[in-house]
Amino acid sequence: MKTLQDLVAIREQMAREVALRIEEEADSKYEKHVLICGGTGCTSSGSAKVIEKLEEELETYGLTEKVQVVKTGCFGLCALGPIMIVYPEATFYSKVDVNEIHRIVKEHLRDGNPVKEFLYDETVTDHGILHLNETAFYKKQHRVALRNCGVINPECVNEYIGRHGYEALGKVLTSMTQDEVIQCILDSGLRGRGGGGFPTGMKWRLAKNLVPDADIKYVCCNADEGDPGAFMDRSILEGDPHVVLEAMAIAGYAIGAKQGYIYVRAEYPIAVERLTIAIRQAREVGMLGKDIFGTGFDFDIDLRLGAGAFVCGEETALMTSIEGNRGEPRPRPPFPAEKGLFQKPTVLNNVETYANIPQIILNGAEWFAAMGTEKSKGTKVFALGGKIKNTGLVEIPMGTTLREVIEEIGGGIPNGKKFKAAQTGGPSGGCIPAQHMDIPIDYDNLIGIGSMMGSGGLIVLDEDNCMVDIAKFFLEFTVDESCGKCTPCRIGTRRMYEILDKITKGQGTLEDIDKLEQLCNYVKANSLCGLGQTAPNPVLSTLRYFRDEYIAHVVEKRCPAGVCKSLLSYEIIKDKCIGCGMCAKQCPASAISKTDYVAPGKKLPALAIDPNTCVKCGACVAKCKFGAIIKK
Amino acid sequence: MAKKIATIPFQGTPQQEAQLLEVISELKAEQGCLMPIMQKAQEIYGYLPIEVQTIIAEQLNIPLEKVYGVATFYAQFTLSPKGRYRISVCLGTACYVKGAGILLEKLQEKLGIGVGEITPDGKFSLDDCRCVGACGLAPVVMVNDDVYGRLVGQAEEIDEILAKYAD
Repeated sequence: MKTLQDLVAIREQMAREVALRIEEEADSKYEKHVLICGGTGCTSSGSAKVIEKLEEELETYGLTEKVQVVKTGCFGLCALGPIMIVYPEATFYSKVDVNEIHRIVKEHLRDGNPVKEFLYDETVTDHGILHLNETAFYKKQHRVALRNCGVINPECVNEYIGRHGYEALGKVLTSMTQDEVIQCILDSGLRGRGGGGFPTGMKWRLAKNLVPDADIKYVCCNADEGDPGAFMDRSILEGDPHVVLEAMAIAGYAIGAKQGYIYVRAEYPIAVERLTIAIRQAREVGMLGKDIFGTGFDFDIDLRLGAGAFVCGEETALMTSIEGNRGEPRPRPPFPAEKGLFQKPTVLNNVETYANIPQIILNGAEWFAAMGTEKSKGTKVFALGGKIKNTGLVEIPMGTTLREVIEEIGGGIPNGKKFKAAQTGGPSGGCIPAQHMDIPIDYDNLIGIGSMMGSGGLIVLDEDNCMVDIAKFFLEFTVDESCGKCTPCRIGTRRMYEILDKITKGQGTLEDIDKLEQLCNYVKANSLCGLGQTAPNPVLSTLRYFRDEYIAHVVEKRCPAGVCKSLLSYEIIKDKCIGCGMCAKQCPASAISKTDYVAPGKKLPALAIDPNTCVKCGACVAKCKFGAIIKK
Repeated sequence: MAKKIATIPFQGTPQQEAQLLEVISELKAEQGCLMPIMQKAQEIYGYLPIEVQTIIAEQLNIPLEKVYGVATFYAQFTLSPKGRYRISVCLGTACYVKGAGILLEKLQEKLGIGVGEITPDGKFSLDDCRCVGACGLAPVVMVNDDVYGRLVGQAEEIDEILAKYAD
C-alpha cells in the first residue's frame, strides 16, 4: 500500500463486509457474521472452546460458506461471558456453553430461529428479541475509544481499515502540517486518560518546540495499566490494537519522532500477542516503517514488557524502566518533553488517550469538543467491578452521573444490598459516597469531592464492605509498590498502614486517627512522584465520608460492616438453638459446647460459643440451618 | 518487596546456558536490553538464580548488583523456583472486595504452604498476584495459564480445582 487511494480502495471493499455488524447497508460475502469475544474475560470463561465447537458444527451443517466466525475483542459485558453476537440481527447470546452450540447452529444459523433460552434474558421480551444496543447496559453508552472493540477482528488489519483505519494517518501526512495536527488536538480539549488529565495537545506542542535542535525524539505509549480493578487499556489493546499504532504514528509526525515504544504489562498475554501481530501487519501494509504513504515519513514501534511494578505507570519511572533500570521515578523538571526517554524529548500518552486521536483527526476537533462537560471533553471508559450486576467495560460521555452508571448501565447492586460507595482512581483515588451520586463525572468534579478520575477503574462497594479495611487494602498495595526512592513514601506509607492495621484490630485510639490524618497530608505534600503524592487519598477520602466507621472501630471496638476479624464475635441465640451440634462438629477450635439451657419447645440443650477460644472463622454460621448463630 | 532466595542448588543444563547466550547476543546491541534479556532468561530457567544473573552481568559487562537490583525490583522476576503448577490468587480490588483474601487463606490451609512458597514435592507454588484484569469474573485464581473465575471460596470448589492437577 503506497498511497491514500490504495487505502481507500481496501476500505471500500472491507467496509461492505464490516457494515453487516453496524446496521449499515452491507454487501457481505456471508449471510451471517457470528462474533465471539476473545478478550481476557471471555477467554477465561472458555470462549476458545466455543469457537472451536462452532466451527466444527458449521462444517457439519455445510454452513461455512454462509456464516463467518469472527473472534473479536471485548464487548464490555464481561460478567456474562462468553458472549456471542449474531449479525445482522444483533442477537445476544450470553454465558454460551459448548453444549448449546449444536442447537444454535441448527435452529438459528441454519433455520433462522434464535434459540430464546440461550439469549441474554434482558433481550427476550414480549415484543420480540431486543437488539444488543437496546439493552440497558449498551443504551446509554457512547463508544469512541471502544468503537471497534467487539466489532472487528483485532488480528486482521483489513477489518480495521474497513472502519476507516489508518485514514487519519493518511490525512495527517498528506494534508496537514505538524502545527495543524497539534492545534486540532488542542482544540478538541482532549485530556490525558491515564489519570492526570493533562491536555494532550499541550504535551505534544512542548515536545515539538522545547528542544528545537533535537536529533532524536520518541513517542511512548503507557500500557502499564497497574490500577487494580482497571482493564480499559487492556481491552482496547485486545480489541483494537491498530488504533494505538496509528495514533502513535500521528504523534510521531506531529512532534518529529521516528521511533515509538509501547510499554505493556507482561500480565496481559493476549494484549501482548495482539499487539505483536498488529505491529507485524502494519509493517507489512506499509503503515509502519519507511516512507509511509510515500510521504518520506518514517516511523516504527517496538514493544517493551513491564515486569510488574505499579510505579512504572508514572511517566518518568516508565521511561527509566524502558532504559533497562529499576523503574524509579526522577524529579521533574526536566519534563519528558525536554529530557525523556534516553534523555531525548519524549511524548508519553496512555492507551485510551491514543484511541481517541484518529477519530478527532477524521471528525474534527469540534465534533469531539461537543461531547462532555466544559472542561472535560469527549467520553471516558470505565471498568465497572465489585458489587455490581453488570461488571464490565462502559464508555460514557463525560458528565454522566454516577447514579446513571451504577443503577442504569450497571444494573444496580446484586442481592438486594445497599450501595455504600464507589471507589475510583484505584490506590490513588478515593471513595464517592451515596450523597454524591448525582454529580456529573468529570476530572474536576471528582477531584472536588476528594477522589480522582484515575485511569477509570470503578469499584462498587456495598454495605458489607468495611471502609477502614478498604483503606488498609490500598495502603498495603502502596507499601508493597513504593519503589523506596523517597523517604515520605517509603516510610510514610508504611507508618500509615501500621496505624490502619492497629485500628482494624481494635487497638486504635482517637489520637491515632489524628496522627493518621497528619501523616497523610505530610506524605501527600512531600513525596517525589504521583504514587506517594496520591497514596493517602484512599485514607483521606474514607476519613472524610466514613469517619463514623473509624470511630466505631476505635471507640466501640466494633466493625459495623462485620469485616475486621479481630472485632467480630459470634454468638448463638439460645432460644433458636435446637442443640443438634452440627456447629460444634464443624468448629476447628472446639470452641462450642453444650449449656444447661433447653429452649422452650426444643428437646436438647442449647450450645454456646466460648469467645476466648473462637477463631472467628465463620464455619459454624455456614453450617447452622436454623439461623441461630449471628455475627456481631 | 522482600524476595525469597532459592535454597535448592542450581541445576542449569549446558543447553539452557547455550540458549541464554544466544538470546543475549541477539538482543545485546539494543538500548535498554537488560529487562528483555532477563525476561527471556526466566522463561528458559523458570527463575533467576544468582548463577544466571552472573552470566547476564558478565555477558553485558555490567555489575552483578545492577542485574540483582532489577531482579529484586520487579514482581515478575523470581529468585526461587516455582512449582509445576503455579497457583496465583488475584488480589486486585474487584477480587478483594469479593472475597479473594479468604480464598488465599483457604488455599494456604489446603496446601500447607504460605504465600511465595512451594510444596515439598515441587508440585504447587502459591502466590498472590496483581490484578490480571479479569475483574468481570472476580474473584479469580490462576493455575499456570488457566483462569478460574466467579469462585465463592468453598472448600469443595478448591478441591475440585486442585484435583484437575492430580498428576
